[in-house]
Amino acid sequence: MTDSLLISIIMTIVGAATPILLAALGELVAEKSGVLNLGLEGMMLIGAVTGFAVTATTGSAPLGVVAAMIASAASAGLFGFLTLTLTANQVATGLALTIFGIGLSALAGGNYVGQTVDVFGSVFPASLAEHPVLRVVFGYSPLVYVSVLLVAGVSWFLRKSRAGLILRAVGESDISAHSIGYPVIAVRYMAVLFGGAMAGIAGCFYSLVLTPMWAEQLTAGRGWIALALVVFAGWRPIRLLLGAYLFGAVMTLELHAKAAGFSLVAPEFLAAMPYLATIAVLAVISARKAGKLLAPACLGKPFKPSS
Amino acid sequence: MLIELEKRKEPSTAMLYLTPFIAVIATMLAGAVIFTLMGLDGLGAVRKIFLAPLVDSYKWQDLGVKAAPLILIGVGLAIGFRANVWNIGAEGQYVMGGLAGTGVALATWGMTGWWILPLMCIAGIAGGAAYAGIPAFLKTRLNVNEILSSLMLTYVAIQVLYYLMRGPWKDPDGFNFPQTRLFSDDQILPTVVSGTVVHLGVPLAFAVAVAAWLVMTRSVFGFQIRVVGAAPAAARYGGFNTNRTIWAALLAGGGLAGFAGILEAAGPFGQMVPQFPTGYGFTAIIVAFLGRLHPIGIVLAGIILAVTYVGGELAQSSIGLPAAATGVFQAMMLFFLLATDVLVKYRVRFAAPARAGDAT
Amino acid sequence: MSNDVKPRIELKAISKAFPGVLANDAVSFKVEPGEIHALLGENGAGKSTLVKMIYGIMQPDAGDIIWDGEPVTVTNPKAARKMGVGMVFQHFSLFEAMTVLENIALGMDGSISQSSLEEKIREVLHTYDLKLDPHRVVSTLSVGERQRIEIVRSLLLEPRLLIMDEPTSVLTPQEVGQLFETLRRLSKTGCSILYISHKLHEIRDLCEAATILRAGQVVGDCDPRQETPKSMAEMMIGGNLKQISKAVKREFGEDRFVADGLTIAGDGDFGVALDDICFAVRAGEIFGIAGVAGNGQNELLLALSGEQPSAHGNAIRLDGKPIASMDVTGRRSLGLCSVPEERNGHGAVVDFNLTDNTLLTARDRMGLASHGIVLGRAANAFARMVIDDFAVKTTGPGSLAGSLSGGNLQKFIMGREILQNPEVLVVSQPTWGVDAGAAAAIHQSLVDLAESGSAIVVISQDLDELLAISDRLAVINEGRLSKTLKVGEASIDEIGLLMGGVHGDPFATAQMTEAVHAH
Repeated sequence: MTDSLLISIIMTIVGAATPILLAALGELVAEKSGVLNLGLEGMMLIGAVTGFAVTATTGSAPLGVVAAMIASAASAGLFGFLTLTLTANQVATGLALTIFGIGLSALAGGNYVGQTVDVFGSVFPASLAEHPVLRVVFGYSPLVYVSVLLVAGVSWFLRKSRAGLILRAVGESDISAHSIGYPVIAVRYMAVLFGGAMAGIAGCFYSLVLTPMWAEQLTAGRGWIALALVVFAGWRPIRLLLGAYLFGAVMTLELHAKAAGFSLVAPEFLAAMPYLATIAVLAVISARKAGKLLAPACLGKPFKPSS
Repeated sequence: MLIELEKRKEPSTAMLYLTPFIAVIATMLAGAVIFTLMGLDGLGAVRKIFLAPLVDSYKWQDLGVKAAPLILIGVGLAIGFRANVWNIGAEGQYVMGGLAGTGVALATWGMTGWWILPLMCIAGIAGGAAYAGIPAFLKTRLNVNEILSSLMLTYVAIQVLYYLMRGPWKDPDGFNFPQTRLFSDDQILPTVVSGTVVHLGVPLAFAVAVAAWLVMTRSVFGFQIRVVGAAPAAARYGGFNTNRTIWAALLAGGGLAGFAGILEAAGPFGQMVPQFPTGYGFTAIIVAFLGRLHPIGIVLAGIILAVTYVGGELAQSSIGLPAAATGVFQAMMLFFLLATDVLVKYRVRFAAPARAGDAT
Repeated sequence: MSNDVKPRIELKAISKAFPGVLANDAVSFKVEPGEIHALLGENGAGKSTLVKMIYGIMQPDAGDIIWDGEPVTVTNPKAARKMGVGMVFQHFSLFEAMTVLENIALGMDGSISQSSLEEKIREVLHTYDLKLDPHRVVSTLSVGERQRIEIVRSLLLEPRLLIMDEPTSVLTPQEVGQLFETLRRLSKTGCSILYISHKLHEIRDLCEAATILRAGQVVGDCDPRQETPKSMAEMMIGGNLKQISKAVKREFGEDRFVADGLTIAGDGDFGVALDDICFAVRAGEIFGIAGVAGNGQNELLLALSGEQPSAHGNAIRLDGKPIASMDVTGRRSLGLCSVPEERNGHGAVVDFNLTDNTLLTARDRMGLASHGIVLGRAANAFARMVIDDFAVKTTGPGSLAGSLSGGNLQKFIMGREILQNPEVLVVSQPTWGVDAGAAAAIHQSLVDLAESGSAIVVISQDLDELLAISDRLAVINEGRLSKTLKVGEASIDEIGLLMGGVHGDPFATAQMTEAVHAH
């Protein structure tokens, strides 16, 4: 009895953690290249609604995910055009993207409110995926496994690959990278587009896996938590994984406390918990000063080659 | 790419004032095209949203009422943005201001006197400022990014509102609806033009904008805000304390958002309800940018955004345009403004590719 | 390679324009194989633009680049490196948070495994007798070591033309000697070197040919070994060098400005702490502080100006009054003014006009604001006065600080501080990146201010400048200040050794490198 409760708690935590992990991983790559994209929440919503709409129309969840990646990456491309090509302020443009994503997704999703879709099957046979104990390993959506593989992949890419070295160099000193001859703007475009695609998968995870349905502002500010998570993880993918599961646990607290009829504290307090926890974590991390040194040196600064 | 940007020696003042209008017109054009492509009545939507409220003189009072909170919050945010302080949690400060004022209203329930309303306003300003003080404290003491902290606090503020509405502040005679009592006559803003909905908050918002304009252009404090935003090292060299400026910027932004909050509660709402947060705090970000972070520009921008709100409602009732369309138009306006911003610092040339290949 | 008779590189009528300036106007010259060729000119003469085009960072508007007798188009730095052009930048193109190895890998084209790259690096270090640890993070290295990274990065590509852009401005005299040794060895292998500088005695020591640029045009060429620094300077400036007029015998008054055990804790990995700084400046005296960049000069300026107050008030005294715990405004009211090293965004706000820039520091002393209200007319008048008195070239007080040239903005900032009649003036790098005419004017104004009885501290990396204007000087190294030396009695060698401090100790560096080898 307690075992099965424990297993279901673990599975809820993983479910809550995966989308913020995916979104944060994409943002981490963008930030490593020196671009601060505050439009994460907006891109996630665009991905969520696109994924849901395409899945509802075609009946294929994988197709929905791909469409979501494309749609979110396109919105990231718009962000890139404004901030990288036209050198607009990254903070303001990110905010605009969030407001835009909230409005556009609500507009596009109007017809889908209340619908449900068939979502992913499991990658593993039912004997494993629905096994009372082993489901804690095998019982997740394929996107969960994808997210873990992506963490490993991004970690390898940034630390070991030459392309990753160049990406870090661009985020560390755009002027130096430019004068050695690296295409700073092009590298940043690619990082931003990757961030968008990841936000797309993250959005889908809400509309296709967790709920699965579409509602306005489905992501409920999780995009901002993902942004905080990048700071928390000190721009390191593996720590991002740990951080995401920690945040997942905090968010899960609310659900399980409610389910357990835990009534000493107001439900509103539990609902506010993830946000308060984020602030608390940021305070601890930022106060240690180390965070400042870990951030890419060019984060958020516009770059315009002088030629 | 065939577009070439050439840096101007000095930023173009003409473009600085022209681009907001270019952005609004571009939004109307692009909106018409996009909404038509989406299978909606694009031209009708643009006409209803942008023009109908201006043509219909009966709607002008609504414009004033909608513009007032946007102007107040926008002016406050602009002070912060000028100082490079990115307070994007105005929505939360607006809610907290409204709640603080409501607290006074509930505490003075059954009393009469002219002093009640000013007290509510002071409480509203204090409530918003105090709530913005949290990110200020976190930023100056613990180096926490104010973008994230102020936004997180918005979600928390909304939960606080829900808690109070469902619990302690629920109207005891309200059939268990989660909302407070209606404010009494001494707790409601008087209307300034009889026969309309234009309440005292509207002229107050305009007065605040003018005052902010004087402060920002004529005072050492305004200079300090501008220097800290433009060049923090120069500000320190000039003897301005960065942390104090961050505090001032956030308290001003929070205070004005809180003021807007209590004016809304004591004005159009007349009580506190869970539907109180309507997104003014976020729309005001657009207002601040569209108004070029200049208090007088913000008055104009506030009215333009108010037009889209009133027009959006018109379009909803008349041609069945979804409510979300208003938000899309508003965001597009900000996008176009940011895109055309490049014209202020750069000259755009449509040139053939450079002789030697891709020079950019 | 050695029997190659064609010039290694030849420029034919290269022109490049930026909005409002013709940076290069039909520039032509050639560099022979194995030649060390100087490109000589003042700041703003167009040297950097020219080499950026050779290295493919920019494209010329007109003209031809001939490489080994063949016309070429250098589309980007990668193409330049492929041709055999290496470049060492004035402002290093390094990545602070990365290791030496990663930095060098970024400068290589094509993938190469870490271990074989490291082996190649060690080979080059050995051949040229250079000391560098490939696994150190750049932010922990001295400026001289950082430059070595750039040099190694270029040498690994076996360049046939190496461009050095102002390489010695950040080195101690001893490090300069080492660098020249490396360059001479390199030229013997047939590699041409294009050496950009405005330091004339160095060019005389090193170079075999020189092309002189002024205002974007070639105004002459010479064999530096046959010239005197004065003759080259006059070609470079296009006129006679103005001498500073300074009274030979000068009387100094009481100690006015005293640092007494000034200590500031370090900030993170990147800052150098100040450790027990002591000096005293008398009325009428110019006190110089020499040193290689990054040894605590910035921290010292911030501590003296009040931007970084200290807990111990007595650590700095002005006319006997403890001021170290006062803020900037408090110190200004007592008559302490300062000019930081960085003009853009520190000494001035580039996005503000000149009138607003006077408000930055002169609002109290010059009455430009009262009771928190800005007095626009007074500020405007003061800005105009600075412009007139210091011959600042600008369209008026309403023009943006960012639209002024570096030299004119520096004159404006210096004028703004000097016209406030400071009791004490602390300036850092007063003529950095400033043309000779403006530099002479700035030096003269400092001398004149001292003669009126003020005490002046000049922090500079330019030893020649300090020797020309200061009465006494001390050297800062790793946050510690040497004993005070009298200018005229101290030898360059002695000052150079003090500047080198631990960094210049060849024994310590060798030991460290050996430890790494053993590892």
